[in-house]
Formats: sequence, structure tokens, C-alpha cells
Amino acid sequence: MIEKANLEIFAEILLSLAKKDKDIIVVTSDSRGSGKLTNFGKELPDQIVEVGIAEQNLVGICAGLSAVGKKVFGVSPSSFLTARALEQIKNDIAYSNHPVTLVGISSGVSYGQLGSTHHSIHDIAVLRAINNLNIVIPCDNFETQEVIKSAVNYSEPLFIRFGKKPMQKIHSDYQSFKIGKGIKVKEGKDLVFIATGETVQRAYQAIEILEKDNFECTLVSMHTIKPFDEDLFLQSIKDTKGIITVEEHSENGGLGEKCAGILVQKKITTNFKIIGFPDEYMVNGSQSDVLNYYNMSPKTLAEIAKDLIC
Amino acid sequence: MNIKDLQLKSIEYRKTILEIIYNSGAGHTAGSLSCIDILNVLYNNILEINPSNFNSVDRNHYIQSKGHSVEALYTVLCDKGFYTRKELNTLNNFKSHFIGHPTRKIRGIEHNTGALGHGLSVAVGMAIGLKLDKKPYNVFTLLGDGELSEGSIWEGLMSANKYKLDNLIIIIDRNRLQITGKTEDVNPIEPLKEKFLSFGLAVQEVNGNSVKELEKIFKKIPFEENKTNLIIANTTKGSGISFIENEVVWHHKVPTETEFRDALKELEKQKLNFGND
Repeated sequence: MIEKANLEIFAEILLSLAKKDKDIIVVTSDSRGSGKLTNFGKELPDQIVEVGIAEQNLVGICAGLSAVGKKVFGVSPSSFLTARALEQIKNDIAYSNHPVTLVGISSGVSYGQLGSTHHSIHDIAVLRAINNLNIVIPCDNFETQEVIKSAVNYSEPLFIRFGKKPMQKIHSDYQSFKIGKGIKVKEGKDLVFIATGETVQRAYQAIEILEKDNFECTLVSMHTIKPFDEDLFLQSIKDTKGIITVEEHSENGGLGEKCAGILVQKKITTNFKIIGFPDEYMVNGSQSDVLNYYNMSPKTLAEIAKDLIC
Repeated sequence: MNIKDLQLKSIEYRKTILEIIYNSGAGHTAGSLSCIDILNVLYNNILEINPSNFNSVDRNHYIQSKGHSVEALYTVLCDKGFYTRKELNTLNNFKSHFIGHPTRKIRGIEHNTGALGHGLSVAVGMAIGLKLDKKPYNVFTLLGDGELSEGSIWEGLMSANKYKLDNLIIIIDRNRLQITGKTEDVNPIEPLKEKFLSFGLAVQEVNGNSVKELEKIFKKIPFEENKTNLIIANTTKGSGISFIENEVVWHHKVPTETEFRDALKELEKQKLNFGND
């Protein structure tokens, strides 16, 4: 079932929470439209701070608001937020330990044909290397709703990243959710997909193709990249014939390399494939076209899976 | 504290700055000496921040954006009872929390600074937050003049103006030198007052090494209703020690044993002559 874009769910949930809690403050950098926060601005004008197109200032102001007791959500396109304002994220949020939630909207290649200036295929890698910063990438409306609810009173710096495409329902509404604990969506003995964010849906659809050929696959939605749920990862890959990681991010420094690092250090040898964007001058197109081109169509993922274990 | 006591404090503080830099073998000597009179007046007569109210949001706030002059801040906070001199003497030791830039691991310090151009936006956020809650507290931030080359400063100024932050006081330590040389040679920032006025701020100039003038200007806050306060504090880099004053090399030079003794002698002389003025 296709639901709403995670971005829309984020904006709806945040507005409903903020109506009940005047300490929730949203900070935007001319990004309220992109962040679906136009209604928020209209309904709660005293709870939105607009800094204009100035991401460094946005992050600094978030830190200051947090320092005087506000529950702060800094919302800006992930591409600009995590590159332009990286030093502010590092020093003013993470190192100074202000429990701000930074929301990187339209992440990965969500901006499609707008091109590489607007894509954020670096954000997981750069933020993983910053101490005291947690990273969550929800896959569907449920995970989005839950992470935003958790973020309001979260006691540590947090970065949340998502795209703007309507998402398939992956989880039941009765699923439990906790930052730092991945979710096993499916269980099967042949192969394990570890995916994060919008690519969970693609892995899910790949598994549906594989199931027609009688392959049984595990799917883990690794929504939290940091702190990484190593226990679930190790438990999920036990006795499997192969592992495929899928992320809308560079192959460098993302989910796949995190998993690879664990495997090597635990001396686990298995068939293993990282699916992400290679280090090259990337092809242009819609988000879907680009993901498909770089092996992330369900069909190609299923083919790669078969090649890996057969 | 009356003006005479403040003046005596400044002499004491300069001695402490030199001692901790000399003993630890590192520090930003000249910048700490240039801003110490500002910190003296703020912490002794204006801010009312002390160890017992520090954990509360409901007080005035101070962010030192020019983080490298941390020895001045350590000195004043030590005097205000946030930690002992013995603790401060661990400066730069392995595993000591007293490092070369402000960190929240040290009680009394509100924000980790050191990378330049950050403190103003943080102070803006604090001032907006206090205003939203209609709290009657002020946020002070100290910027270096070399720091003004950072573009983020000008982003912060625009927000300060937009949100009419008359509870924000920006102090520029205008000592006219930075690590490479004169600010006007490295990257000219003048006409400074006109720049700030054009950004919608209420601007005052003061001799930033005169505790008397500083005290007078701080008492005039807010300068204008609905406008962010900005003070250009004209200072001398290395102020108080003749051979350190206005010498580029002293940006982060540590005194030799002879220089250290000569500097202390100068301060001792200032103290002895003090009563004779």
C-alpha cells in the first residue's frame, strides 16, 4: 500500500506535537515550502524561526535555542545542511552537546534532475565521522512518525534524513520503534538485505521477486545508522548465504562500509555486496531513474542477489 | 565593584593569564590580554553569572566566539569561583579538561568555540529563545576583529536585526591584529561602524581597555529599543605589557623565562603606582 511521502508525515506529526508543546521550535532556511512546513508557519508563527538562505546560521541558531531550553528542529535540504553547515553541526551541535534534531530533507538523489549540487550522497559518510551525533533514516511513514515523536524529547544530537517520494507501507502500526534498534521486516534463510531509508522499499520489492523463485530472504530496515544496531545485524546474517546492503548514498562511508567493517573485524566471511552510488561523475535523471541506473531497481537487486548466492 | 577595584582586578587577571600560559607552555597571550578588561567588567559588574545560578537558563549568558582567547575566560571564571586555581593549573596537561579553546566540560563555559564565526549565531538563537519566553535576560558575545571575515557572522547579524534582538550585545575586540598581521592588510574590514549601522544595529565605540568606559557603556544597554547592541571595543593587542603590545608575533607566543619575569615586573609596578594616581 502506498502511503504519503515521509516528508509530509514529518510535517503533520511535528505540527500536531508543536500545537501541544510551545517549546517545540522549527528553524528553516527559506525551506518551509520544501519541508512541507508552510502550514506550520501559518498555524504556529511564534514557533518557527526563519533565517533565510543561511544554513550555517540556521545550525548555530538551533544550538542557541536549545541552550535556553527549546526543543529544536532545524529543517533544510540535506545537501546544503550537511555540507555548507558541517562545521556548525560538528562544533555547535555535536561537540557542544545540544540535543537539537537536524532534519535533512530531500536527501539522497530526491531532487532528481536538479543535479549534484542538490543531491546529498555524502551526508551519512561525513556525519558518521562526527562524534556524539546520531543518524536516523526512516523508511516509511511509520518509522518517520515514530522517529519524530522520539526526537522531541531525545537527549542527544540527532540527524534525520528522508526523501519526498510517497512510500510503501513496510511496517505494521503495532511494530515497536526505538532509535538505535533496527527492525527485521522479513526473515528467510537464503539471503539478507540490509537497507536504510527509501531503499528499504526497493529491497522489499526485490524480495517479492525472489520469493517467486523460491528464495527466502531476510530484510532489515536499518533506520538508525548511528548508534548502529550491531546485535541485530549479526543475528540477522547468521548462517545466511549472502548479504546485500542498499543505500541511497555513496558507496564510500555509508551503511555498506559500516557492515563490511563489522564483518571483517568479526572474521565473518560470506558473499557480500554493497549497493550504493559509485565514485564517478553521476548520470542525470529522476530519482527513480538514477536509482535504477545504479542497480537499485527491484529487478536488478533480485538479479544481483541470485548471482551472489547461486 | 568600583572602578578602582576593577582596575586592580585587571592587573591581577593579566598576571594570572601570563602565569598559566607560561606554566602550561601554550596559549594565546596577546588576544587574552586585549579582551581581559572586557571580561573583567562583564563578570564582575554586569553578567551576574555565578556557580550557583549557572545551571539555570534564567540568567544572563555569555558566549566567547573568539575562543582562542580562552586563557582570559579561564582566569575570570576561576576568580568567580567556578573552579580552583589548582584545577586551572592543569591547563594543557594530558586528560585535563582545560584545553586551548572553550569547552562545556569546564563549568562556567556555555559553548564550545574555537572555530571562528560560530558564536554569534548561537547567541542569536539564545536571544530569540529568551525573547520567545519573555525572559528579561541578555546574551553577550565577544567576537574578534579578524573573525569578522567569516561570512557566517554577517548571516547572524541579519537574523539579529530581523528579530530585533535588543537583548543581544555583540562586543568586537577591535585590536586590529590577527595571526598574519594587521587586519586591514590581511582582509580589510573598515569602515566597520558604517557596516554595522547598515545592518540595522545600534553601535557604540569604546576604549576596550578602559574598565571605566566599558562599565559606562554596558550600563547604557539597551542602546536603542528593538535594535541589537553592538560595541566596537577598541583595544590594544597584548594590552598591559609594553613589549607584547601591538606585536604580531605575540598572537600565540609563550613568554620565555626572562620575558615572563619582565612582564610580571611591569604588572607589579602598575600595582605599586596604582595608589599614587
